[in-house]
Formats: sequence, structure tokens, C-alpha cells
Amino acid sequence: MKQLGKEKLLEVKDLKVYFEIGHDKIAKAVDGVSFSINKGETVALVGESGSGKSVTSLSIMRLIPTPPGKIVGGSIELDGQDLLSYTEKNMRKVRGEDIGMIFQEPMTSLDPVFKIENQLIESIIYHQRISKKEAKQRALELLQLVGIANPEKVLHEYPHQLSGGMRQRVMIAIAMSNNPKLLIADEPTTALDVTVQAQILKLMLKMKDSFNSSILLITHDMGVVAETADRVLVMYGGQIVEEAQVKELFLNPKHPYTAALLRTIPSLEQNTRRLPSIPGNVPPAHKFPKGCRFADRCEFAMDICRESAPALGRISDGHQVRCHLPFMKGGQEIGEETRSITGSV
Amino acid sequence: MEKKQEVLLEVSNLRTYFPVKTNKLRKKTVLKAVDDITLTVFKGETLGIVGESGSGKSTLGRTILRLVEPTEGEIVFEGQHIENLKLRELQVIRNQMQVIFQDPFGSLNPRMRIEEIIEEPIKMHTRLSKIERKNRIKELIEKVGLSEEALKKFPHEFSGGQRQRIGIARALAINPKFIIADEPVSALDVSIQSQVLNLMMDLQDEFHLTYLFISHDLSVIKHISDRVAVMYLGRIVEIGTKESLYKNPLHPYTKALLSSIPVVDFENKREEIMISGELPSPVDPPVGCAFHTRCPFAMDICRLKRPQLKDKNEDQQVACFLYEEEQTIEREPNHLVEI
Repeated sequence: MKQLGKEKLLEVKDLKVYFEIGHDKIAKAVDGVSFSINKGETVALVGESGSGKSVTSLSIMRLIPTPPGKIVGGSIELDGQDLLSYTEKNMRKVRGEDIGMIFQEPMTSLDPVFKIENQLIESIIYHQRISKKEAKQRALELLQLVGIANPEKVLHEYPHQLSGGMRQRVMIAIAMSNNPKLLIADEPTTALDVTVQAQILKLMLKMKDSFNSSILLITHDMGVVAETADRVLVMYGGQIVEEAQVKELFLNPKHPYTAALLRTIPSLEQNTRRLPSIPGNVPPAHKFPKGCRFADRCEFAMDICRESAPALGRISDGHQVRCHLPFMKGGQEIGEETRSITGSV
Repeated sequence: MEKKQEVLLEVSNLRTYFPVKTNKLRKKTVLKAVDDITLTVFKGETLGIVGESGSGKSTLGRTILRLVEPTEGEIVFEGQHIENLKLRELQVIRNQMQVIFQDPFGSLNPRMRIEEIIEEPIKMHTRLSKIERKNRIKELIEKVGLSEEALKKFPHEFSGGQRQRIGIARALAINPKFIIADEPVSALDVSIQSQVLNLMMDLQDEFHLTYLFISHDLSVIKHISDRVAVMYLGRIVEIGTKESLYKNPLHPYTKALLSSIPVVDFENKREEIMISGELPSPVDPPVGCAFHTRCPFAMDICRLKRPQLKDKNEDQQVACFLYEEEQTIEREPNHLVEI
């Protein structure tokens, strides 16, 4: 099942999501994002807080609180269907049936006053229109599938009686309960301990394969990306700044931001005393500079970077980058360059 | 690096228990958050404490500061016993020890200006005049890489990384020798994390600080620590120099922790030791070695007896029966079959 079809499942084109934040200030949380996810593929969306990655995923599910937020432009197509034209009623069918969701905080995404049984069965009955008895049977199977040892018992427990890892397993069971085509996982393991994190990531990939779905994984953890994703989208300031197959991105990063992000991870191998860091902070979404949004923090920034905003340009098949540098005459190898900098510290 | 052998802090047989009511029979039991911990912190070093949530690492830090009262055991700071000091005497010691907390949002009073936040410990612990205090505050805020304008602002006007810098400035305000940092970078983005870690290391060099650095993140711990202690259910299962512990982890739990970190590794897939299950409840820890329920190498003896922390080599101590002298196991020949 490793072979990835080229058939597109999700296609997002030029998505723009703006938030009104008072005094005529507009935060461009997502500003012209285009990407696609193929059937069977795991795509990681990475970026720091404020980069717009969560807003992107919420837009796909049409869960942007309006007001203050609004999808002001672009299109989102799932299996050829234009989600932005859907009514709220139709959208409710899509959520949970075509798209399953897993959030970061398993405690707040489960309802504390209902038993696991009710929460799991609710979604199955709503979408599949089967009897309560059948739904319960299905719920038991699902819990077994996500590796819960005593599903009978867990069905009758409340969320607070379960550990963080168990809750996240239940969330995965709920997300997969209607065989979704796409699983959106927003920082699914960030709140978990490392030993549990590894288990949950394995489980997600296993479920993806057995249900034949695709995953959009939102994370800030490059280690998680390397171990799970097929393809990576790097977001910065509401835009995709680099896109590539996972190996290509790690071995041959073209955007200075991607390269810097990779260097700042404290690794288990490196022995440098000082960690390379990116100076400054992400610019606020209502005050983006005129030129490249990363220019102020970029060590390679040139005059042109402050003048004109770069467009996504093609490096090789499937590898795109939003930066002037690789397309200049005698463009330098950022990956190589930075690696030698790290070595010499 | 030369070994710094001057002892700053010594903790022996420290236990911190919390009473808990179990719902079912209204029976009272105790949660052994810190269960018989002995460790030494040398001057100028960074001792990293790593463990999962519920391992007791934060309680250990708080007990050393006596923000939580120890149930039993000794805490000796610079030769002075502090486990029984009265509050007033404790104040004197506390100006040598400060703490940096994880949550840069919850740990700064939202109604105080930054200058008031940093001034508070100076007022409390020193007799500097108002002008001297002002100068000190200015000096501190610049040391942590913020500008003077920051002083007039409120915490909500800052980002997470900047708030953590303010927390650091507050901790440094009274020239402490020893700082306990409890997950100081866990709430920050990676690019900001490295800024704060670099800052902490620079300040350590400049002010000859000693850190007890508590974190769940093994990569961060590796980066900043000289020695590392691994905690599991209230106990230290392994302690050693950073180099030896990461190169040659001994305890099965340490091995599992190290192999479960997701890494960028496309060529040689490293050996993976997956452990199943999660941390058992600290209210009802397993009998014997607390890790035996998840340990792939568990033997009979592990279910009966609790291993003690013992020297394995010059640099490492481990609490595991796999490394006990053969004679110990010979005395109980049945257990050999299990291996």
C-alpha cells in the first residue's frame, strides 16, 4: 500500500482567510495558500505559532469563526466537490464522514459529561444511520482497532478517567469511525509524552493504511515530520514558503527559513555548545512587510527582498520555494552553506 | 571539560508524599511523587532532570526550594541543612536559589508592569535604595536582551519568548547561585527555544550559575546539561554524565526514551525499542521495579524487589537488576531461567 496514487483528494487553491481585529486592522492569517493532497498520502504542514497552519486546517473543515474570520478568496475541493459552496447542513455531513479530525488537546476535544460510548456512537449513528446496537458493536471494534486493551470498560468511562494517550486513542477512533477520506491531525502528539507519542504516530499511520485515507498532519516538530510525512509544506506569515518531498526538504532545503528551522532543532548528535537560532519573532499578521515576510530575520536578505515579495518558484519536480535567492545568478546552496556554518561554530 | 567537584546542593533520601483520597472506599492513600531520591549538584554545572509527566521531576524541584514540604530526607545547600528551616531563615537561603517556570503566561502577574515584576524580589531580599533598584532593573532587562522600554509595559504585550526572558530577569534579580528551571522552553516555538537556551547558557557563564534543568525533552536536556538524571515514578533510574548517558544508556527505560524521540534519519534506521503502555498511576505504583510493567527485559526478581541506584562505571549509576553483580542473581537461581 506504499505506492502513492497521483489521484488528487484535496485541492486548495489561493486560499485567503482574513480576520478583522478592530480599528480597520486586518490580520491576513492565511494569504494565498495553494496545495494538494493525493490519495493515500501523508502531508505535513509545518510552521511556528502564528504562521497560519491551524487556520488553514480549520478552513478546510469550514470551522473558521465568522466574524471575525472570513474566507475571502480561493477554493477548496475535496474529491472534486467545492467545499466553499456547501451549506452548513451539507458541511456537517462532510465533517466526520469525509474528513476526520484529531486535535492537540484530547481533554478539551472530548465532552467531559458524556461517557466514551455516547460520544463514539453519536457520530456513528449520525453519519451511518444504523441502529444503536450495531453502532455499539462498531464502537467496540474501533476501540480494539486503536489498541485499547479493554474496550468494554473504556466504553463506560468518562474522559477524565482516561490518560492522555488513551484519550488520544479514543479521539482517533472517533475520527476514523466513518471511514473518512481525509484525516486532519492538528498537533496530535504535542501534549503527549515521548514514549506515548511514538505509539500514537504509529497508530495514525496504521489507521491511514487500513482505512485507505490521506493525512494532513499539522505540527511544529521536524522530528515528527521526518518520521511520518511523505511531503512537507512549510508555512511562514500566512504563506507556503517551501514545498517538497520529505527527504528532499531535509537534505536540500532552499528557503533560508526552512534551513534555519532545521538547524535550530537541538539534535541528539550535534555537539555544538550554542544552538543556532533565528533572531526576532514572526511578524504580526496585520503588519506584514512589503517585500519578503522573512526578510527581517533572514541572514541572506538582499535589497530586492525588502522591495518585492517573491513568488513560489520551481526548483525541481515537486520542490517549490518562495525566495529570490535560489533564482539569482550564481544562487548559492543554502543547505550547504548553512551546514558549514553549523560545523564551524 | 574539567570536572567541577565542589558540591553546591546535596539531597539525600528525599521523599515527598501527597495524601490522596481514593474515591471508591474513601480510603486515604499517599501519592509518592518523590520517592527516596539522593543526588548531588556541583557548583557551576547543569544537572538535567528528565522524565515523563507524572514522574515527579517538578515536585523534586519544588521540594528542593521548599515550595512543597518534604515528607522525609535531607536537603543540604552549601553545607546548611534547609529541610527544617523556619520560614524566616529560609528567606535568607532562598535569595541564593531562584526558579524559572514553564508557563510564561501564568507566572507573570498580568496587572504588574515589568519593572514591578522584576523589582519585587529585589525589594524582598535586598536593601537597595530606590535608585539602585532602578539601575539594577535596567541592567537586568538589557542582560536578557530586551530594551528599556519594555519596563513600562504589561506582560500581555509580550510574546512567549519575551515573557520567558522577563522570567529569567526576575530570577537573576538578586544574584542567585542556583536556579531551578522547570520546563523553561517547553511552551516556546523551536526557533525561540534556541534563543532562550543560548541566553541561559550565556548567563550561566557570566554569573557562574548552577542550574537544575527540568524537562521532558531529551534533546533540550542533552543540549544544556553536563549531567543527566532520568526519573520514573518518583525515582531516579539512571544518572550519569551527558556523554555516557546518551551514548551508552543502561536502563531499559532510558533506552526506550532515547529511541522514541522522532529524529531526522533517512539512511540508517536506528534500533527502535518501543515500549507499550503508559506511566502507571503514581498512587498505585507497581511492586518491585516500577518499570517492570513496561520493560521488555523484565525478570522475576524485578516484580519482587526494587533495584537500588548503583555505580555501573565511573560516569553512570543505574537502578536495574540487569546490571547487578552475578552473585546477587546466583542466590536466586530460578530467575536465571527468565533471561
